[in-house]
Amino acid sequence: MTLMDVEDLRMYYRTSGGWVRAVDGLTFKVDSGRGLGVVGESGCGKTSIAITLMKILPRNAKIFGGKILFNGKDIVPMSEGEIRRDIRWSGISLIFQGAMNALNPVFRIEDQIVEAIKVHESGVSKGEAKERIAKLFELVGVDPSRASNYPHEFSGGMKQRACIAMALACNPKMLISDEPSTALDVIIAAQILKLLRELKERLNLAMIVISHDLSIVTETCEEAAIVYAGKVAEFGDIVQIFKDPLHPYTQGLLSAFPSIKAQRTRLISIPGSPPDLTNPPRGCRFNPRCKYAMEICRKKVPELIETEKDHYAACHLVNPVS
Amino acid sequence: MDELLKVEKLKKYFPVNLGFFRSLTGKNDIFVKAVDNVSFDIKRKEIFGLAGESGSGKTTTGRLVLRLIEPTGGTAVFKGKNIFGLQTDPKILRRQMQMIFQDPYESLNPRFTVYDIISEPLKIHKVCSSEKELEDKVFNKLEEVKMTPPQQFLFRYPHELSGGQRQRVALARSLVLDPEFVVADEPVSMLDVSIRAEVLNLMFELIQKHNVAFLYITHDLALARHICDRVGIMYLGKIVEMGEAEKIVYEPLHPYTKALILAVPVPDPTAKRSEAVIKGEIPSPINPPAGCRFHTRCPSYIGDICRTKEPELVDIGGEHYVACHLYNK
Repeated sequence: MTLMDVEDLRMYYRTSGGWVRAVDGLTFKVDSGRGLGVVGESGCGKTSIAITLMKILPRNAKIFGGKILFNGKDIVPMSEGEIRRDIRWSGISLIFQGAMNALNPVFRIEDQIVEAIKVHESGVSKGEAKERIAKLFELVGVDPSRASNYPHEFSGGMKQRACIAMALACNPKMLISDEPSTALDVIIAAQILKLLRELKERLNLAMIVISHDLSIVTETCEEAAIVYAGKVAEFGDIVQIFKDPLHPYTQGLLSAFPSIKAQRTRLISIPGSPPDLTNPPRGCRFNPRCKYAMEICRKKVPELIETEKDHYAACHLVNPVS
Repeated sequence: MDELLKVEKLKKYFPVNLGFFRSLTGKNDIFVKAVDNVSFDIKRKEIFGLAGESGSGKTTTGRLVLRLIEPTGGTAVFKGKNIFGLQTDPKILRRQMQMIFQDPYESLNPRFTVYDIISEPLKIHKVCSSEKELEDKVFNKLEEVKMTPPQQFLFRYPHELSGGQRQRVALARSLVLDPEFVVADEPVSMLDVSIRAEVLNLMFELIQKHNVAFLYITHDLALARHICDRVGIMYLGKIVEMGEAEKIVYEPLHPYTKALILAVPVPDPTAKRSEAVIKGEIPSPINPPAGCRFHTRCPSYIGDICRTKEPELVDIGGEHYVACHLYNK
């Protein structure tokens, strides 16, 4: 069942240099119990996508259009009060990038989670909230007796687990995690990815994993959206994307990645760097870096078209499903 | 291939500050054993990798062999000369040994132009007799790292460059003295994926062109295998396994190496997911576990011997060294 359906979402930041088009015509959907990986380079708007979906925008950001249908209801026109009551944390919750810094160092972890529960669910007593925290800690694999510790008494991996517990505090239907394993060690990162995978199945969560690292997304998700300069370049089943990448950017990303299993080959880089989003290139935004760029690429913005079942790409080179 | 650098029983203990009053009452005898009895050698033109989790002592080892920090014990012989010897002037050594740091956003002086950054080593070592020669060398290096045309970059400041360009400037700086040995401490971990490949490829072209030996420090085993000829796996200040990169990845022997390899995420959705992730986190290096340091997390713990006796690094054939009681009977 489709839990979230995003259509043509646009969110720009106002800066002294003009409007930064961080999210510009984003379209994808996520089902319950499935994971969607959002992959792209830094500066292509990945984190902006996360904060737009939660509507926790900074003051200079504005949603210019599009729909975010969550459970059939559009959350773009909702008021702040409605979102806080119905959506945030009880519907969609977020694990922030860098768990080290996401917790307040001067409060006990327990109290921080109690606060989250009380803000989003009125009528829960402190005792009930604490019971819930003990259960959550068991779920994420931290000894419940450690809940009254301060963040500095936790290691990096435990902080990340505590952040996951906090995100699950109000039984959300959807979990967004922004770079869940950066700043963690290889083995700890593998433990966290495994935990996310298990939680998704056990709690039937819809999950969005945002990462620059294709391998992290393949470890946790069934679908992937490759994002370039605020737009979706390719979207579909992750196995299909790996088997048959259609967009030149996806092909570039795949060959730039060393794998521990595959043959040792020369890594191929994508020349150039991501565009300035205040003044993105005309036509297809990837055209200055694309080796197949044609005349039409510089003029017309390619649309996201379905090339085979559940596999979409935005490139002038691909043909729609016949 | 002959030996360029031979490190033996290298040790670095950092004293832990106990505070003023306790320092009055007794000798400070609590240490972080960041590097503890590490031995390895690097041959000419070889790329040797050190891999492990953070806190395993990789970076400290890299800094020690350049004598950026003073060791507690051990020797490092570079081209027949002991680096830690009293007579050795580090300045002479550093003409032949250079370093590339992890974070290109912090390792370049923000108030220096690209020209200043790259010409500084030449000035310190008084390599060039004339201003013209200096300029030519800087120009050449910039061209080599594909920052062309060099005129366009010479008078830019680091903040005007992208991450990939900064790391290329750092690469040019480390190679401008034509060193024989470079320590690269996670040179691409701060860069974006698409740019990472470009910097790596460039680095390897230059290594081959100038016959430089590299000590490549990384936490990413997939990358280490891609780049290095030989790899050493470090855990809590010790090398637990060492050998040819391909061998380490395809036929790992030490349980820790096996766990590390299983933990590397695989960019292939059809691959089998690794369910057997080892539990727990790296213990504190202040009081490392007795015996084998990995025994607290080891999935193939074989009994008392692991707790009591420290395994030695032994050659099990074909220059494949492992420090584990499973193979040391």
